Amino acid sequence: MSATSAIALPTRSRSRAWKKLRANRAALVGAVVVITFVLLAVLAPILPIADPATTDWGKIRLAPSAEHWLGTDEIGRDLFSRMVWGARASLLAGVVSVLIAVVIGVPFGLVAGYFGGWTDSIIARATDALLAMPFLILAIALAAFLGPSLTNAMIAIGLSAVPIFIRLTRGQVLSVKTEDYVEGARAIGLGNLAIMAVYILPNVIPPILVQATLTVATAIIAEASLSFLGLGQQPPSPSWGSMLNTAKNFLSQAPWMAIWPGAAIFLVVMGFNLMGDGLRDALDPREH
Amino acid sequence: MTTRKLFATLLASAAMAGSAYAADLRIGLQEDPDVLDPDQARTFVGRIVFESLCDKLINISPDQQFIPELATEWSWSDDGLTLTMQLRDDAVFHDGTPLNAEAVVANIDRSKNLPESRRRSELTSVESVEATGEFEVTFTLANPDATLLAQLSDRSGMMLSPAAADAQGLGLATNPVCSGPYRFVERIDQDRIVLEKFAEHYNADDYHIDRVIYLPIPDTTVRLANLRSGDLHMLERLAPSDAAGVQSDGSLQFVSAVSQGYQGVTVNVNNGERANNPFGQDARVRKAFSLALDREAINQVVFEGVYAPGNQHVPPTSPWYDDSHPVEGRDIAAARALMEDAGVDRMPLEIQAANNPVQLQLMQVIQSMVAEAGFDVSIRATEFASMLQAQTAGDYEGSQVGWSGRTDPDGNLHAFVTCEGGLNDSRFCSEEVDRLLNAAREVNDMDERRAIYAEAQAILMEEMPIIYLYHQTWLWALRNNVTGFEGYPDGMIRLAGVRVE
Amino acid sequence: MLSYILRRILIAIPTLLLVSVFVFMLQKLLPGDPALVMAGEERDPEVLAYLREQYRLNDPLIVQYFHWLWNVLQGDLGMSLRTQHPVTKLIADKLPVTIQLAVMAMFFAFLVGIPAGIISAVRKGTLIDYIANFIALSGLSIPNFWLGILLILLVSVNLGWLPASGYEPFWRDPVRSLETMIMPAFVLGTALAATLMRHTRSAMLGVLQSDYVRTARAKGLREKVVILKHSFRNAVLPIVTLSALLFGELLAGAVLTEQIFTIPGFGKLIVDAVFNRDYAVVQGVVLCVAVGFILMNLIADVLYVLLNPRMRQTL
Repeated sequence: MSATSAIALPTRSRSRAWKKLRANRAALVGAVVVITFVLLAVLAPILPIADPATTDWGKIRLAPSAEHWLGTDEIGRDLFSRMVWGARASLLAGVVSVLIAVVIGVPFGLVAGYFGGWTDSIIARATDALLAMPFLILAIALAAFLGPSLTNAMIAIGLSAVPIFIRLTRGQVLSVKTEDYVEGARAIGLGNLAIMAVYILPNVIPPILVQATLTVATAIIAEASLSFLGLGQQPPSPSWGSMLNTAKNFLSQAPWMAIWPGAAIFLVVMGFNLMGDGLRDALDPREH
Repeated sequence: MTTRKLFATLLASAAMAGSAYAADLRIGLQEDPDVLDPDQARTFVGRIVFESLCDKLINISPDQQFIPELATEWSWSDDGLTLTMQLRDDAVFHDGTPLNAEAVVANIDRSKNLPESRRRSELTSVESVEATGEFEVTFTLANPDATLLAQLSDRSGMMLSPAAADAQGLGLATNPVCSGPYRFVERIDQDRIVLEKFAEHYNADDYHIDRVIYLPIPDTTVRLANLRSGDLHMLERLAPSDAAGVQSDGSLQFVSAVSQGYQGVTVNVNNGERANNPFGQDARVRKAFSLALDREAINQVVFEGVYAPGNQHVPPTSPWYDDSHPVEGRDIAAARALMEDAGVDRMPLEIQAANNPVQLQLMQVIQSMVAEAGFDVSIRATEFASMLQAQTAGDYEGSQVGWSGRTDPDGNLHAFVTCEGGLNDSRFCSEEVDRLLNAAREVNDMDERRAIYAEAQAILMEEMPIIYLYHQTWLWALRNNVTGFEGYPDGMIRLAGVRVE
Repeated sequence: MLSYILRRILIAIPTLLLVSVFVFMLQKLLPGDPALVMAGEERDPEVLAYLREQYRLNDPLIVQYFHWLWNVLQGDLGMSLRTQHPVTKLIADKLPVTIQLAVMAMFFAFLVGIPAGIISAVRKGTLIDYIANFIALSGLSIPNFWLGILLILLVSVNLGWLPASGYEPFWRDPVRSLETMIMPAFVLGTALAATLMRHTRSAMLGVLQSDYVRTARAKGLREKVVILKHSFRNAVLPIVTLSALLFGELLAGAVLTEQIFTIPGFGKLIVDAVFNRDYAVVQGVVLCVAVGFILMNLIADVLYVLLNPRMRQTL
């Protein structure tokens, strides 16, 4: 009895949240920006643009023109096409690394919060210790260890973000595990796994969703930072961060090489932040 | 407007603060030097600082002839086994102790026997060294060694105060005591190294700068911005892409000198499993790779035409360059023909390269050039530490590396291509090449030596364990008020005669 | 109260031990043979063998760990493999640089973030609020290495107003010191200013809706007094604790900023050390940053309890 009402509640609030989200113009703008970049990234192979790896010695570091909308780079490649293909690396890195962090972090957080005791202490101390190490330094060391590549950068960023999700999930579990419906489920003899999956997890999802959206933003910047240090996407494949790394050497001769990738990172990250803020407002019960 | 005024005032006050030291020279370096102990040091950039800090037995002239420094003259015995050197009698160390034959003996001993010494391989031929007079030293060699003078004109020939070395041990690295025209004042890691003029130096009158401040600034754009704003007086290793800008800037001067070193692709021909591919096994495939390269275009595209295209271990400007094998142009048809001969249509090839934008730009240009000859090159960008490890362990197919270069040609070749060579990561081995390069070591006559190197070169051109690409040109940019600076092929900064006006 | 603080310190001990393990492992995971780097261009095999012996690179990991930990507990973080300076000296040299940078960034963030947060909370829903929010969000979204590059391009390369790099200790030349730090502090401070603004805004909003502010208003107090005396003083608590936490993050955020502006601080030290495989330096610096972070956490917790009367009673 109490079980059904408990499940019904999030569903109702979910539809309300959805309405609130749609009414939030800032979040909509964010979504439009993100979707535009996602479309560009997905459609890159079929868009009528130049090949991002084709070099042309005669067209080195050309300023933006009708032929090359955003100009060309240090070995004569079309920057517009490299920007579009670079979106794939950035978005992929953002999403995949957050998935890695969620898939590892949430179960640990669930277990720590649900069982408490020694399990909790050990996980909590390890989380504290990991959080004490600066995110970027951890990612740099991991990326250096795994060897420079986009995949490894994603793993490094994902692993570095795990403690955030452990801590968040654990806190959320602690706040719901004493709720009546959880006690009730335990009373009717449901197993731990079932209780976690059916009664606790759904309550954990909304804040995780908000955090994940915001972490995608951080992860995109982190990927750009690693690529900027040469630890991410490898040539000749483009990534916004590695494009900036090269552009840095030609600042006075070809400033446009530095402007586009940075602006793109800025826009996409802004998009995710707007969406994250919107989601948080929509899912926050306090402002009802 | 007001902010502008504020900045102008700030800048003016900074300039005033700077003018308190009228003869300061601020030099921008590309990297932070490593240990400041000539026996332990290992970086190129460190040698730039040593050039002013530590006198050497011998120096070189801009055209790479050996000239006296601490040693006023030297002579070889007829069998080439004894080298006798006369030292100048007016040199003193920065701690006031005299620089005499005993001091030289102690230094050579330290270079040869200190466990941490990186100089030991440079002095293996030296069996013993003796003070045969107050200012005369005699080297006794195990075998004739034409390369010894070159070693003594570099870090092996730098003299540290034996008193300070005894007192400080390895700690000397943090407070080096040499006998050069400038003495050590302070070092803040990654920030600055400060030297001041040593008034008791025998040639002090030729040095007009009172304080030298070396500032490591790795970013080329930032380094140049600092020069333009007057925060630096000069910088080394200007980026080629900035050369044109500096040349057209009325307030700056541009100085260049082709280096003694090279950049190339070292091929794994016999170093473990990964040598088992056509590129490692078949010299024709390597030749095809080389023919597919347009070295002049590489120089134009990546280095704005200011470096020197190359195909040998020394640059075309070197007296040791073999003119009978000039740099070839690109010939895709010939490359394809060689590939066909070798029975290879297309092949994948992994080449590792240092993880920095310039080296990666170079590799991407190469990648697209050799694709037409049938190579599908993938670039593995690695940091230097991992790259060296992969190279010695044989975990590579091709490796884009270089060598900073030595004054004696032996230093550019012997260790890399002889069977037992310490740096022979390709594990190329040819009895004939070994015989020739060993023979060249024992001959002191230049023409005779050149003939031997040409013979070795002919074999190496066929086998290509290293595919040479280009020779870096040392580029310096200076403010106009700095006079008297001359660029040397070793890339050092020599301050004799340099003034700030 | 005291027992709470003691408990917090006790909890920090296992965390610190775990940090030491992580820090040590992190290093051993890095690929590349440091002996090869140290041996130099010539790579003399005898020197290699000697170095491996000397730096205990041949010992089992666990032995290396305890040896390292033992030395750390005695205050010896080892020597830089690259320059042979003691790591403790390097840290002592670099810490003031990064702290100056962080303090200036923090100063900037407070100067901009808190007033902006108060104004936009008070003017909730107005154009000012939207603009402030938009700027704050931009501050959070802009990659700070890009911002740094753009500033160098504009201010140093094109206008020549400020030096593009360098560092001068404040005591040696205050003007020059500030000049070189303005841009980096601004770059480092943007994200922080944005965070502070958003937190101040939401804390103020919470307080402005509370009963006692309503009472204060009902009593006819002037709006300025209501906002500054009654509201802000109550909102300041979470901001103070947050600042302590953010200061730790600032030290970490300095990594890229210092790289861009060639500032010889902690961040540059660690990045260069990772790339040079200077094990002792990486270990020492990360350990130091982590310990600092844990201390800041501790201070934040204690401050929170001290400043919050309700919490004080429950303990």
